[in-house]
Amino acid sequence: MVEWMLDHFTAALDPRAGLIVAGLTFASMAVAAVAAETSPSDRVREFTLPNGLHVVVIADHRAPVVTQMVWYKTGAADEPQGDSGIAHFLEHLMFKGTERVPSGQFSKIIAKNGGEDNAFTNHDVTAYFQRVAKDRLGTAMEMEADRMANLRLTEEDVTTERDVILEERRSRVDNDPGSILQEQMMAALYRNHPYGTPIIGWEHEIEALDREDALAFYRRFYGPQNAVLVVAGDVELDEVKELAEKTFGKIKATGKANKRIRPKEPKHDAEVVVTLEDPRAGRTTVQRYYIAPSYASAEPGEAEALDLLMRIAAHGAVGRIYKRLVVEQKAAASAGGWYTDSGLDSGRLGFYAIAGEANTADEIDAAMTGVVDELREKGVTQEELDRARAAHIAEFVYNSDSNARMARQYGGRIAAGMSVADVEAWPERLNKVTVEDIHAVARKYLDDDDSVTGILKPAPKFKSSIADKPTRTAGKGKS
Amino acid sequence: MEIHKVTSPGGIKAWLVESHANPLVAIRFAFRGGASQDPKGKDGVAYFVTAMMDEGAGDLDATAFQERQQELAMRLDFDAGRDVMLGNLQTLTANKDEVFDLVRLALAQPRFDDDAVERVREQILAGHKFDENDPATVASHAWDRTAFKDHPYGRPVKGTKDSVAGISPDDLRDYVRRVFARDKLVISVVGDINAEDLGKALDKLFGDLPERSELVTVAQAEPPLGPKREVIVMDVPQSVAQFGHRGIARHDDDFIAAYVLNYIIGGGGFSSRLMEEVREKRGLAYSVYSNLYPYQHGAVFVGHVATKNEALAQSLTVIQDELRRLAEQGPSAEELKDAKSYLTGAYALRFESSTSIASQLLWIQIEELGLDYVDHRNELIEAVTLSDVKRVAKRLLAADQLITTIVGKPVEPSDVKPEGAPG
Repeated sequence: MVEWMLDHFTAALDPRAGLIVAGLTFASMAVAAVAAETSPSDRVREFTLPNGLHVVVIADHRAPVVTQMVWYKTGAADEPQGDSGIAHFLEHLMFKGTERVPSGQFSKIIAKNGGEDNAFTNHDVTAYFQRVAKDRLGTAMEMEADRMANLRLTEEDVTTERDVILEERRSRVDNDPGSILQEQMMAALYRNHPYGTPIIGWEHEIEALDREDALAFYRRFYGPQNAVLVVAGDVELDEVKELAEKTFGKIKATGKANKRIRPKEPKHDAEVVVTLEDPRAGRTTVQRYYIAPSYASAEPGEAEALDLLMRIAAHGAVGRIYKRLVVEQKAAASAGGWYTDSGLDSGRLGFYAIAGEANTADEIDAAMTGVVDELREKGVTQEELDRARAAHIAEFVYNSDSNARMARQYGGRIAAGMSVADVEAWPERLNKVTVEDIHAVARKYLDDDDSVTGILKPAPKFKSSIADKPTRTAGKGKS
Repeated sequence: MEIHKVTSPGGIKAWLVESHANPLVAIRFAFRGGASQDPKGKDGVAYFVTAMMDEGAGDLDATAFQERQQELAMRLDFDAGRDVMLGNLQTLTANKDEVFDLVRLALAQPRFDDDAVERVREQILAGHKFDENDPATVASHAWDRTAFKDHPYGRPVKGTKDSVAGISPDDLRDYVRRVFARDKLVISVVGDINAEDLGKALDKLFGDLPERSELVTVAQAEPPLGPKREVIVMDVPQSVAQFGHRGIARHDDDFIAAYVLNYIIGGGGFSSRLMEEVREKRGLAYSVYSNLYPYQHGAVFVGHVATKNEALAQSLTVIQDELRRLAEQGPSAEELKDAKSYLTGAYALRFESSTSIASQLLWIQIEELGLDYVDHRNELIEAVTLSDVKRVAKRLLAADQLITTIVGKPVEPSDVKPEGAPG
């Protein structure tokens, strides 16, 4: 099969790939315990500084490198109404400077130290990370601690970076009809909860964000009591503790941890269909999202069952939806799906199918409905469960191969409120899931009233005189 | 990290880094050939083959093969490059023997059943439809066409609508027979396996393949040079541009200096000139970068930028000015020092996981850099002097001879002359 199709859609999940990522699925969770002979507590250890900073250390001595990540327990869902995009905007501005680090120098200093750095924002968390040689961890930690407390922003920094973010929005959303549709689907799915607002922000609200908005968000949410520090790689707990006490330890807590109480979704009484016709849509595509709990919001056992349900229903060429729509019924060229399991308040089940040359949206939608009905009515077979579970658990081992991935995945779960023990007991919990459990969550959460179907259709190309000549628009460029 | 050369009883060679930290084995392999071996008129055969590698082999049809893959919890994927076909396999130690059996079947006895071929053809054609509307992909295809003209590098790796429609199961079989051969194979292995077991595994995995490949000779491409600007109108708010010209070959004595130079130009993220001038100072783009692609039959230097239609011309002017300045003056001593400290310091980051180590070792073999390259690579970087970089900047950069392809609705700057339909 063409892997690209799956990548294209799963990478373009609502929290978009790249700098804005939230596609941390438990399936890609690295659990050192499964991979190593040693017990989990030997490899993953933790402590809390008096100022409230939670520190997690993952030892992996194969190469003399470390990954440092700081996770702030705040994201786009914590933004004041009307200021959409400020969490992500602040993430960009965190690279500007402090009294000690001149404007624009943060990443350059890391690079001069042979390191790489970046950051990302999603609805629930904002994370900053560096990958450096082990002997540069002290420098990276000093700098990360410094910007936790001492951010300096000039008006010029803010204005220029706002233009950068508007370009980022054009790249990620406006230039891609699939992304535009996904943004509309999320807005339709979450009618009250802020997950319906795009992480990057609505364009008109980004345009109005200013220095004071950024600093207010910073002062409210950035502090040691509201953060998790993860260090993974060639380190031991004691050396991390010593460095952390000397750096982050000097910062005063700036209040209490953010409680993150967001508006709740009301009961939904109608399914929604969103249609976008766009000349840039390559092929007709049908997607459907169902609201379901995430690992953080689920009743015990339900998220694990949903995880396996979606692996069986929609993962790769052996997924039910691919078998039915693509192989048997020839109703689509490709099809798949996913479980977005990482949200703090809610998760989602997603299905997609891309039309073949001769397929229509109605035909695909009906076939997709058939797959969902079948899951609801008959659940899955024991054979499907056994196969899916083996592959799902193996993902741990593959992912524990990289300390950068481990830092990302432990950090994400812990920032969403899980304990290290919760994370490490996951394979055991997965082993307890039965076909009955899966059938129960399929019946409960594949509820059409909690769904949004998004249809993307190619519209005829707009032909005009501009087709052979670049346009001259009324406005003038900055040049 | 110790790299061992392993030769199997049947004579198949691989590089091995043994590591028992995790119960898994990562294998990367490559057949020299790639998309440049697509027969004329059959563009996209190599790519088509990569998508068929899990669609059935031996007595297993597509579904049976894919279910077996899931049962064995293995990861297997293929990628068609311009010059190589890349294979990437990961398995748990516990399942490795059964996994190797399955991969042997996939390589030596792919079925190419009619229904599977038709299914994948539909997927490739659907992919084309998305690519046709993706500004960055359109700009990249147009650039290749303009830069490489009739050379195989000028053709799209994924083929065209017509070429893909004309590819038959026999075309796929023929490609596999010609390219999947032991004389053009390089292999790197990292993980939980010793040299003796690996020797047996290599014979199992690759021993059924023919000894000799039947590659066609690919000519050297004429070094691409403009000036040429092509605008492809697409109704999007942001224009995407690809710019560049001839590059420097991997085995050229100046390659390492050019590599350091490219870091300073646009390879170094926030430390690069282009990022500083285009994004940090002016807010004109979210992303702007450059790369050296030392393809086997023609090296290029290529960059990308995406800017709202109203300001694309300004972005391109800033980029061109910066390239010109670098060619004339070269970078500063401080820029060179910073580039070296990043490039040497960050080299270790590429050896962080089994898969990343395997990938590094594979490319060192593909590029024929030698077993000790890992140990002396940083010395090569350190040895680059300011006069080297200045000389190479003059030699490499031709700011007034860029080939630039633009997709979007750029506001017309005085010097943009649409070239008409891409061809």
